[in-house]
Amino acid sequence: MENTDVQEVKRHIRVYLYTFSALAVLTVVTVAAASLNVAVGTGIFIAMVIATVKGTLVAGNFMHLFSEKKLVYLVLIITVFLFFVMLCIILSTINDQVLSVS
Amino acid sequence: MEIPYTVSPRPDTGIHNGKLGIWLFLASEVMLFGALFSTYILLRTSAIDWPLGSDNLNVPLGTFNTLILIISSVTMVMAWASLMMKDFKKYKLYMGLTIFLGILFLVVKIAFEYAPKFAHHHYPSTNTFFGIYFVLTGLHALHVLGGILVNGYFWGPGSKMWKKAPQQFINRIEIAGLYWHFVDLVWIFLFPTLYLL
Amino acid sequence: MALMRWQLAYPEQPIPWKVFALVPMLVGVVVFFIGRRKGPYLSMAGFIFIGIGLLIWYFVLGETRMPEGVMLPEFYNSLGAMHGTIMVFLGIVPLSVGAFGNYVLPLQIGAPDMAFPKLNMASYWVFLLGGIMMLSSFFLPGGAAQSGWTSYAPLAVISPGQTVWLISMICIITSSLLGAVNFITTIIQLRTKGMTWMRLPFFVWAQLVTSFLLLLAFPPLEAAAVLQLMDRLASTSFFMPSGLVVSGQVLTEYTGGGSPLLWQHLFWFLAHPEVYVLILPAMGIVAEVIANNSRKPLWGYNSLVYATVFLGFMSFIVWAHHMFLTGMGATMATFFQTTTMIISIPSIIILTALFISLWGGSIRFNTPMLFALAFLPMFGIGGLTGLPLGLAPSDIHLHDTYYVIGHFHYVVAPGTIFALLAGIYYWFPKMTGKLLNEKLGKVHFWGSFVFMNGVFSPMFIQGFAGISRRLWDGGTTYLHAQPYLYLNEMISVSAWLLGIFQIPFVINLVWTLAKGKKVGDNVWEATTLEWSAAPSPPVPHGNFKSEPEVYHPAYEYSLKSNGRDYTPQNEPLKG
Ligand code: HEM
Ligand SMILES: [Cu+2]
Repeated sequence: MENTDVQEVKRHIRVYLYTFSALAVLTVVTVAAASLNVAVGTGIFIAMVIATVKGTLVAGNFMHLFSEKKLVYLVLIITVFLFFVMLCIILSTINDQVLSVS
Repeated sequence: MEIPYTVSPRPDTGIHNGKLGIWLFLASEVMLFGALFSTYILLRTSAIDWPLGSDNLNVPLGTFNTLILIISSVTMVMAWASLMMKDFKKYKLYMGLTIFLGILFLVVKIAFEYAPKFAHHHYPSTNTFFGIYFVLTGLHALHVLGGILVNGYFWGPGSKMWKKAPQQFINRIEIAGLYWHFVDLVWIFLFPTLYLL
Repeated sequence: MALMRWQLAYPEQPIPWKVFALVPMLVGVVVFFIGRRKGPYLSMAGFIFIGIGLLIWYFVLGETRMPEGVMLPEFYNSLGAMHGTIMVFLGIVPLSVGAFGNYVLPLQIGAPDMAFPKLNMASYWVFLLGGIMMLSSFFLPGGAAQSGWTSYAPLAVISPGQTVWLISMICIITSSLLGAVNFITTIIQLRTKGMTWMRLPFFVWAQLVTSFLLLLAFPPLEAAAVLQLMDRLASTSFFMPSGLVVSGQVLTEYTGGGSPLLWQHLFWFLAHPEVYVLILPAMGIVAEVIANNSRKPLWGYNSLVYATVFLGFMSFIVWAHHMFLTGMGATMATFFQTTTMIISIPSIIILTALFISLWGGSIRFNTPMLFALAFLPMFGIGGLTGLPLGLAPSDIHLHDTYYVIGHFHYVVAPGTIFALLAGIYYWFPKMTGKLLNEKLGKVHFWGSFVFMNGVFSPMFIQGFAGISRRLWDGGTTYLHAQPYLYLNEMISVSAWLLGIFQIPFVINLVWTLAKGKKVGDNVWEATTLEWSAAPSPPVPHGNFKSEPEVYHPAYEYSLKSNGRDYTPQNEPLKG
């Protein structure tokens, strides 16, 4: 491998360490936020926002998604879209139910 | 004819076979955990009252385990970076650490979380909250176990490949890493959902 | 030994000797494929399972649907459930995706093999494990699953035999997922030089969309299977509602709080895409056979491709048209009716394009072509009868009657199975270098065609009359069914005759393999790579002698640029 690659990897390593500190801090923040006495809905919202940020950091930096090829994006976009389709349609169908079952 | 693009990327897609393969596999995993996650939301929204995770589960241990997994993600990616810098010794060290942290996670999970739950007669059948808690974390633990086995192979017998086909070995570690980070990512969502909300 | 186990599973059920008597015949079909390449390995397993599925079905029709039926209800239910499961998950999918896909697909894109050969074998073994477990459940205490291939909770959670079903399904799903990863990677990564997306044979497109459906729709069912397994083994209540009363008794074992509808949602989230998994590869095969035997390029190749991709996508948002009767509200019912009507459009585009492809062709009526031609109207009937089911007002009457059985069997039996037979006749020379006998093939075709319709068309009438689809006595104890019971006899007789007309096929396979003459590499004078660039049978390691290069679209027939009426993909156009 050439020298530029080694440079590149060294730069990467710095990013990994920053990412790690961000993740650690956010973990503490999310636990702390949960002990605040906010309404359940707000609490869920805060926790999910933090989790999404953390997830993005892991996927983007550790899994190198920030610099991935188009093909991988395509696969993931379809998948995430279908996940939301599944979630939303199941929920709305069950909420729309005329006869409640449970 | 030999199978092409097992090591070097295909020019028009820019990736090699293994990488596409693992991403497709992870896509199916997204749907697997996605379905369980949907189940959680559905059970919770239709429940008359839902036990709070923080009242029933051990939050400090959960936080500890979250940190363990995050650190193991860092060591995993460092193992890959070490190989990129041709430092096989460091690779062994980081990969060994990753495996150790994975095992630590499982020990905490099983010995210090599941066992006391059972001791307090909290079983999956106790209510739907514990049901989905055990299913989600159990399935996640199985994924961790799978990751440990794969990493263990690449730490031990599998690492012989480094001498013969270094680029292919780097690819494999990258793929194992993608899987491991994904397992971490799932936990990042499971932890707040189950423990904190 | 097996018989003793059988008695354990169904203590009061007389031993069904017929089942055992027919087994050797099937083993016969299967043995030929042993020792050939891995594609045929899977086809072998697929054949076994299709055969067993058919047997179970004969048994159901021949015995219980006659007034003097001798079967116990529990046993009948097991047979019904196992027939559906085996045919869908162990028969058609492995055969159309696992066998044909595995064998033909790399050849058509000019690849030496699948992208991950080891994964391929792993997928095969996991599948076999699941399949054997599924079948062995007949011999376990408690017997085989009884809750239909749909396994609706809460009944499935409390009925015997279901545990093995669930574990087997988890194996089968895992196998399909591994297979799908392999297929998609192969198609995207291993296309040979010059094989651009729009030059792919249509069969490859069909396999690509199919694999995506498997990859993304199966995991939710895997999750659901795990949850149902937990309900059974750990007494969780994911699918168990509160205060459930069974046979007058409240189930105290379950704390309740779960949702039976959730199972249906997760199941149909897979199972609707699954029906397209059953039909898309079949359409792919038919397209290949029709293009080749009408000696014309496929009409509207581009629209075929776009329609297929759109179909695959839409199939993820129509699933609850199977659930109109669960008390669904008007808003969501409207949504699902609309999407269901929309999804029939691409199906019709595909069918129309295939029909128009025949226009002005110089058609060769050989056996594969006959099966492919028969596919078109049969699939047409199947699709059209789906429309009334997709509209809630008519579905409320037709749901869970024999009409539904008629609908989907028209799509799957004279549809998919005919296409698979077309594929077998068409690619047999590729796999073995020998051409199947045409005379026997035509006997097989006409017999199958007539009696296939004899079996399934009466079901529409019975369904309109409101006969339910899961009655162990075939309706004899129901007043409203009386006028239509005579049709049961027609169905039974047709079913036996249909079975008899498979004998020429079996003879054909045996005879051709043993005595058939060698034919050239490209018997059908086809343009696609599997025929024009590889010898028959292909080179054991790597398929091709050297990497083929592709110069133009897949179906360049009737160009006459080189003095022949076909121009293979790997042959540059002259002038
Ligand atoms: C053109 C399009 C189609 C439409 C509009 C359609 C519509 C429907 C509807 C609404 C049902 C539910 C009926 C009920 O349970 O009351 C149904 C059942 C079914 N369809 Fe289709 N369908 C179509 C094509 C297909 C295809 C291509 C296949 C498969 C190869 C298929 C296989 C099935 C199966 C297996 C069932 C029965 C599932 C069960 O309840 O066990 N359908 N169809
Ligand atoms: Cu459907």
